[in-house]
Amino acid sequence: MYWEGEKECIDRGTLKQLQLERLQSTVLRVYMNVPFYRKKFDELGIDPDSFRSLEDVSKLPFTSKDDLRVSYPYGMFAVPLREVVRVQTSSGTTGMPTAVGYTRNDIKNWSNLAARILVSGGVTQNDIVQIAFDYGLFTGALGLHYGAERIGASVIPISSVNTKRQVKIMQDFKTTALMCTPSYALAVADTISEMGLDLSSLSLKYGLFGAEPWSEEMRNELQGKLNIVATDNYGLSEVMSPGVAGECALRNGLHINEDHFLIEVVDPETLQPLPEGKTGELVITTLTKEAFPVVRFRTRDLTSLITEPCACGRTFVRMSKVLGRTDDMIKIRGINVFPSQVEAVLAEIEGTEPHFQIVLDRKAAADEMTVLVEVSESIFFDQVRKQKNFIERIKSRLTSELGIPVEVRPVEKQTLERLDGRVKKVVDRRLV
Amino acid sequence: MLILKNIDVFYGKIHTIKRVSLHVNKGEIVTLIGGNGAGKTTILRTISGLIRSSSGDLILDGHDISKQSPDSIVKTGISHVPEGRLVFNPLSVEDNLLLGSYNRYSMKNRSIIKSDMEMIYTIFPVLKKRSKQLAGTLSGGEQQMLAIGRALMARPKLLLLDEPSMGLAPIVIKEIFRYIVELRDTYGLTVLLVEQNARSALRIANTGYVLETGRILLQGPAEDLLSNRDVQRAYLGRDVDYEI
Repeated sequence: MYWEGEKECIDRGTLKQLQLERLQSTVLRVYMNVPFYRKKFDELGIDPDSFRSLEDVSKLPFTSKDDLRVSYPYGMFAVPLREVVRVQTSSGTTGMPTAVGYTRNDIKNWSNLAARILVSGGVTQNDIVQIAFDYGLFTGALGLHYGAERIGASVIPISSVNTKRQVKIMQDFKTTALMCTPSYALAVADTISEMGLDLSSLSLKYGLFGAEPWSEEMRNELQGKLNIVATDNYGLSEVMSPGVAGECALRNGLHINEDHFLIEVVDPETLQPLPEGKTGELVITTLTKEAFPVVRFRTRDLTSLITEPCACGRTFVRMSKVLGRTDDMIKIRGINVFPSQVEAVLAEIEGTEPHFQIVLDRKAAADEMTVLVEVSESIFFDQVRKQKNFIERIKSRLTSELGIPVEVRPVEKQTLERLDGRVKKVVDRRLV
Repeated sequence: MLILKNIDVFYGKIHTIKRVSLHVNKGEIVTLIGGNGAGKTTILRTISGLIRSSSGDLILDGHDISKQSPDSIVKTGISHVPEGRLVFNPLSVEDNLLLGSYNRYSMKNRSIIKSDMEMIYTIFPVLKKRSKQLAGTLSGGEQQMLAIGRALMARPKLLLLDEPSMGLAPIVIKEIFRYIVELRDTYGLTVLLVEQNARSALRIANTGYVLETGRILLQGPAEDLLSNRDVQRAYLGRDVDYEI
């Protein structure tokens, strides 16, 4: 099922022409309207009229999160504020916030693109959608909210509240689709079992999860525990927020709304474009944004592209589930480690919930990596020997997976430091 | 149906059209709006082969037509209704229409052409009433209908319309625009419409392009352009709430 079938299944040749037209006018508009880009283009001697192919995008400079921070709050807006109908900020988990704005048309496009994501995740006008993302300045909730209303679904804008209440509302209102971070969905699943509720007393069918990387193992766990079809969706405030990409029912990569976004995957160190299928940093150029267009925005998210046609009929290229962030990449004894690798190992080993924290120390000039794992109480208080064996198993799996020695320490549930419901995955004490 | 990719046009040394890319889908009205001298007419004249582009691709249904002569472009299915209508004043309405079928006129085709002319008269009943009258004696609106009818006599897939509202009274403009919509909706015709009267054009169009000094500044669904404040300020005369 599609929301805008004609566009989502557009012939690739027509799409390329559309992207070229939109890229050409976007480059022209950012040059004319955003001093930051005008200055940068002039310095680099870039003629905004010289873009003749989509490949020419590689001549453009990158836009980094730092560029946006320097221009905070309104420096990157391409229209006067009186034309902006909404101002939001990026989630701010990775540093200073950045402000983004939307015109009326931007909101309309955003709603439509979010609607595409919802429909591809299974949501219809008959669904009752519970949005457990934080409302307010964070873009995640409102984007999905508008998309769901656009479809005609019934929206419960519950935001982030106490999880028990969340479950109660879910039960009372017969919620059929849950939208939140995958880690929060896990907390919901745990609460349901703690409350001793039977899954059949709930009406859940779909889970649309996003805003943080999550593994296939976690998907399986969520689908099993909540008896839902769980799909991943991707977006970021700097580019738009939910609506950039989303999985279809086949759950094999996220279709990118290419009629609105031009995407590249580059090597995060050399910044050279990578061939299809290679993992690198996702770079996005907006093609239709009016208030806040960005050119070659470095998302810091690691993914790879799948160009093989999808059986769902959508012709948009897919991106693999985000594997982590380039910022998350930690170099330990010269080896690149991603927290997502640790997550995958933990999820594999029965009995652990994938809440963990990597702590890095430097002793005698050697890096030491310790993984703190939140384990269920039964294991924590069980016989010492059994617990030791369990920890040893995680340790040896991690050591072989990462290729470096790893220490593992169990901690009690809910003891790891959380920020907006997310566990801080890496604590690097090496610099201090 | 029609694709322009990186079209450049020079008048002498002046680069008037700068790597313009646009496309027209079958069965749609696409409008090209922009101020005086932005290059709208130049683009239409380039499509119909009256001006040669210096580079870029001009593709109709998958075939490059950028090197073809104007008359063979008419044969491939593009008819151009020029700015100012340019009907042949000393000829009758009927002869003007007949001239539109010059590309396929022969004794053999006479009956087909005759029935096509009847079709034009069905679309524009007023032309039938005036069929024996000299074109120069028609009103501006009627002349515009005649110019469109003449173009239709070539049996086009794509109609290029240059400023059909020029010099007409608001009520007549409304009528002409109604005919353009009818041509799309009832007869499945594809239209590329150049207009100074941006608001009326965007109201009936599916897609719009905003041209400024020879470059496409914006493109998108016509309704989005209508609500874009830049477009409103620059081309829709928001302050003068003149609407038809």
